[in-house]
Amino acid sequence: MRAQAVLAAALLLATAAAPLALPEFYVTLLNYIGLATLVTLGLVVMTGVAGIVSFGQQAFVGIAAYATAGLTTLAGLSPWAGLVASLAATAASALLLGAVTLRLSGHYLAIATIAWGVAIYYLFGNLPLLGQYSGIDNVPPVSLGGWAIDSGRESYYLIWTFTAAALVAERNLLASRLGRAIRALRFRAVMAESCGVDTASLKLLVFVHAALLAGLAGWLHAHFLRFVSPHAFGINAGIDYLFMAVIGGAAEVWGALVGASIMTILKEWLKDWLPAFSQRSGNYETVVFGVLMLLLLHRARDGLAPVLARLLPEGARQRPAQVAAPAREAPPPAGTVLLEVHGLGKRFGGLVAVRDLSFAMNAGEILGLIGPNGAGKTTVFNLVGGALAADEGEVRLKGSRIDRLPSREIARRGLRRTFQQVHLVSRMSVLDNVAIGAHLRGGRGALAAMLRAERDEERTLLSEAARALDRVGLGEHLFEPAGSLPLGSQRAVEIARALAGDPQVLLLDEPAAGLRYGEKRALAALLDRLRAEGLGILLVEHDMEFVMGLADRLVVMDFGEKMAEGLPDEVRRDPAVIEAYLGGEAGDRGQKNLKPETGS
Amino acid sequence: MRTHARLAALAVTCAVAAAAAHAEITIGVTLGTTGPGSSLGIPYKNAFQLVPKTLGGEPVRYIILDDESKPDNAAKNARKFVTEDKVDAIMGSNGVPSAVAMTQVAAESATPMVSLTPVPPLAPERNRWTFVVPQPTQLMMSAVAQHMKARGVKTVGFIGFSDTWGDLVYNAVNALSASNGYKLVTNERFGRADPSVTGQVLKITAAAPDAVVVGGSGSPAATPQIALRERGYKGPIYHNHGTVNRPFIQTGKKSAEGAIAPTGALIVAEELPESFPTRAVSLDFVKRYEAAFGAGSRNAFAGYSWDGVALLDAAAKVALKKAKPGTPAFRAALRDALENVKDVIGTHGVYNMSPANHNGLDERARVLVQVVNGEWRLLK
Amino acid sequence: MSADIVLWLVQDGITTGAIYALLALALLLVFAVTRIIFVPQGEFVSYAALSLGMLQTGQTPGTVWVLIAGGAIVAVLEGASALARREPARLARILAVYVAGPLAIAALARWGAAHALGLWAQMAIVAALVVPLGPLLYRIAYRPLADASVLVLFIVSMAAHYVLSGLGLVIFGGEGLRTNPISEARFDVGVLKIGAQSVWVAGASLVCMIALWLFFEHTLVGKALRATAINRVGARLAGIPAGLTGSIAFVLAAAIGAASGVLISPIATIYYDSGLMISLKGFVGAILGGMASYPLAALGALGVGLIESFSSFWASALKETIVFTLIIPVLLWRSLASRHPAVEDEEE
Repeated sequence: MRAQAVLAAALLLATAAAPLALPEFYVTLLNYIGLATLVTLGLVVMTGVAGIVSFGQQAFVGIAAYATAGLTTLAGLSPWAGLVASLAATAASALLLGAVTLRLSGHYLAIATIAWGVAIYYLFGNLPLLGQYSGIDNVPPVSLGGWAIDSGRESYYLIWTFTAAALVAERNLLASRLGRAIRALRFRAVMAESCGVDTASLKLLVFVHAALLAGLAGWLHAHFLRFVSPHAFGINAGIDYLFMAVIGGAAEVWGALVGASIMTILKEWLKDWLPAFSQRSGNYETVVFGVLMLLLLHRARDGLAPVLARLLPEGARQRPAQVAAPAREAPPPAGTVLLEVHGLGKRFGGLVAVRDLSFAMNAGEILGLIGPNGAGKTTVFNLVGGALAADEGEVRLKGSRIDRLPSREIARRGLRRTFQQVHLVSRMSVLDNVAIGAHLRGGRGALAAMLRAERDEERTLLSEAARALDRVGLGEHLFEPAGSLPLGSQRAVEIARALAGDPQVLLLDEPAAGLRYGEKRALAALLDRLRAEGLGILLVEHDMEFVMGLADRLVVMDFGEKMAEGLPDEVRRDPAVIEAYLGGEAGDRGQKNLKPETGS
Repeated sequence: MRTHARLAALAVTCAVAAAAAHAEITIGVTLGTTGPGSSLGIPYKNAFQLVPKTLGGEPVRYIILDDESKPDNAAKNARKFVTEDKVDAIMGSNGVPSAVAMTQVAAESATPMVSLTPVPPLAPERNRWTFVVPQPTQLMMSAVAQHMKARGVKTVGFIGFSDTWGDLVYNAVNALSASNGYKLVTNERFGRADPSVTGQVLKITAAAPDAVVVGGSGSPAATPQIALRERGYKGPIYHNHGTVNRPFIQTGKKSAEGAIAPTGALIVAEELPESFPTRAVSLDFVKRYEAAFGAGSRNAFAGYSWDGVALLDAAAKVALKKAKPGTPAFRAALRDALENVKDVIGTHGVYNMSPANHNGLDERARVLVQVVNGEWRLLK
Repeated sequence: MSADIVLWLVQDGITTGAIYALLALALLLVFAVTRIIFVPQGEFVSYAALSLGMLQTGQTPGTVWVLIAGGAIVAVLEGASALARREPARLARILAVYVAGPLAIAALARWGAAHALGLWAQMAIVAALVVPLGPLLYRIAYRPLADASVLVLFIVSMAAHYVLSGLGLVIFGGEGLRTNPISEARFDVGVLKIGAQSVWVAGASLVCMIALWLFFEHTLVGKALRATAINRVGARLAGIPAGLTGSIAFVLAAAIGAASGVLISPIATIYYDSGLMISLKGFVGAILGGMASYPLAALGALGVGLIESFSSFWASALKETIVFTLIIPVLLWRSLASRHPAVEDEEE
């Protein structure tokens, strides 16, 4: 921690002293880097973290720049009023564009961003009010009190104050409750939804956020350059920003600074040196950047920031202190019906995956859902949890219908699930992964996160997450990246994440798969404890010994239908069940242990 | 001892002064040699390979940077010139917004600027430091306007680039309309790289004007030329001085025949009468340019670079008497000298500057040319 | 606006639309087989057009340098991998294909520039120059990343576009040009004057569309190529050589690009940087067609051409804004209409 603090202080000092020591041209260059960093920062959060690729950020820079330039030159308003107008215009356009385009997936979204980037560029160039292609000239400088900021050195402080603040704010945001949810957006949106995260709204938030950063850069651009023309906001600018994000490393906030610096400096350097190689005019810089990008994408797709980060001292994270748990709903008394499924049905085209399934589960009970592979068990989980919409039937949680609700709503009502394939965010620490499970137990928003005004809530959430990890026996591995754990431990993290949400109903999809004998016993002990606390647990498992010893009742499925239901001993002896699993032979010998191949 | 000290002090002072003021003159040039303006930027740059190595007798160093035809970069380069390279003057660029952006830097740093593109009217402080080489657009288009008036043209259709250049040409033609007895009936625009301008041309032919003026430049200007002729438009089609180059003819092929445009006389240097004031300079320049860059490569933009250098040469002669290069005093003296050059003969015309007129060209600076048999020929 | 004008605008829209259709077809082809959003397709078109132009003015097209350099880079890469795998026997073949081949084509181009050849011979030389660029580009830029996500491949495409268009300025210069048409004939159909070259372009689009549709829907090889895009590992397990399919797709795309370039260049002035805009518009067309079917992609591109034509009549300054704004609601409709699983996560 000390080392990091010293480094940060040194960096701050160097940044503050730079314009006094450096020649003016370099100060100008640093100003350009600052502006680019702001835009790239938004892009890093949006693309690298949340997975929303955009080639259209330059449009927001332009909207903001024109808004303030227009107002300050035509209406004579102060640049600070221009700032408000810029940000308002940017937010409004981002809300509009985001609402439309964020529903698109992956590459469609990227293409849409190119489309509106180009459309807006031509709009800028054709409005007589905005000076058409000549743009707007004589934009007044920003002034504080009576002091006008109109030299390169003075602008430097203005620009870098905003940039530094933005970098810190983003870092704070990504380290908060919302930040964890954002980091799950890219590869684990389904999981996030199952923990209660409203992924659509969050994506819009991130999008508008990135646009606002670009808008801030646009306002600074207008008052630093003192003129605005459409040429700075064309498609090539958009491609450049994305390249900066890729160069720096689109998953780290500091990647924005690294990428913006490298690209800007490299451009200047190339402009000075390349003409020496050939008299022929050519877009050599473009070629060099294209080649550079190709090399980076092939060899260092994470960009250069992680490479540099490895050279820096690591801060040690401390185990969160035990804090009192947040208020929770009293668990219903044992025996109350928690989950009811009536006549559930689902078909995929011509394939009937689930047909007329009905069962009920009570509080303080473990219900095992077993059946051969392909029987439809995971589909039932997806239907109950809200990841799939049922074609027929209904599902009730604590008496109210949930079968038409999205999974985040169902999570809010107290149902949590794990996934058959582990759905962890591999690069995030185990603690952070589990803390996503506690997402709904906090409520502070983005602004509070950026200002670090939610520390008390954070402490509570992290403490809950740590507690859940202790319960599954992973208390020693809080800060390791989740992807680095062995599969069995990853499954335990999945369960911890579900527990962190303080559910009343738990759906566990093959939690014992991949566990060693000792781990299975510990898991069985945990589930036993949870049952005693009043949870209702629906368990899908292939390991018969595990299930038989643990479940209070069993439901057996085959070909999407319920084949048998009852106490484990009854089910075990049911001839139809035996036939379904083993083809009718083992039952003749009345064996106590049915042990098909243990799933791994 | 005291003599030694004083001598030493003198020596040091001289050394310092010498270091501060280098003997050679430095000129910073920013041009868009890549990007959409590259077809103009490259000839501008080529000319610098042919200019003399001295200005006013002193050796000169030209620093040439590419600004990608973007005003932001032009301003950035200009700033670099005045702060890092301590140039004595800046030149550029090949786009109106870029040139305008540079004038701000020129004014702020008290460095004279020789603009290679026409600029719109500037605020007095900026105008003080800016000297424009090319003929004002209105001066050029006045030749077209007069020609149209002589032919009795009453209605004129306009189609131009959807950018600053299109705006400039349109405004010029519009400003001349009243005094030359015609009216503009369309203001269509097209993109430089557009494959088709049918919609725009249909609008024009529907209005059936007596003549059409094209506000484009270079080979893109051929697109409306071809489209108009293919649609059967028979009236005269006028262009502007940005169109007078070889690629226009190569692209337009047969449709380009008969196109009329104003231009600096260097394009048709061989056809000028002996008495024409710029004939000698133009012929010499054209010969040397085509020797270096190929037959038929002559163009007006390279001529602007040459003329800019000629202006600086004349001004430097005067300024060097007052101050040393590399000092603010020299830059001020250069500015004053530029403002008062008389009878500098360039490839485009004869320059006579004054405090009120920072361009200094008159009607001798343009002629009308026409495409005849695949060549630009003087229109008599 | 009279009926005549409507007819002319429709004719213009179809002509431009046919240009975009050729691009849309190639883009869809590459996407369907490799999941690459191939923005540099426009560069194949501009390279072909400008190479033909240079040939016709008696100069050796600068494309030869790109071809030779590309071949050399691939030779080095393949050579290194051959040595790493201790297969020195492959080196001879590598040299022959990737070094001698481009040199031979370059010599052919040089010879062709010096002698005034007929138009078809010139077009053949241009094809020989541009078509190999496809698989070379695939090998250098994309094949090492073949398993990456669609978005990463998109960014690679942007980088490749930067390289190719930058090189384009160096080898072709900043000026645009038009080449000589196949035929100067014009047909009078009522009030319409239809140029023979436009007929060639429209005809080529139609032929491409039908050929691609037949190939991918009705032949085993075509289906194999599509399978590779959907599940690469599965395709390999089924015996389909996944690396080869990418090269095939790029050969086809480059061939369509080269054909487009030489057919379009007489009717539209092409510059070193024309590629991006026509690629984007071709893309708009393919997306309007749902990124799924060749006939629909061609139809979508036709739609773009018509919108552009009418916009340039009504509000010529804003036509780009109109074209690109219209794509967004269509994208939205397309994205909602296509059958996705409930929520789709990107592959990590």
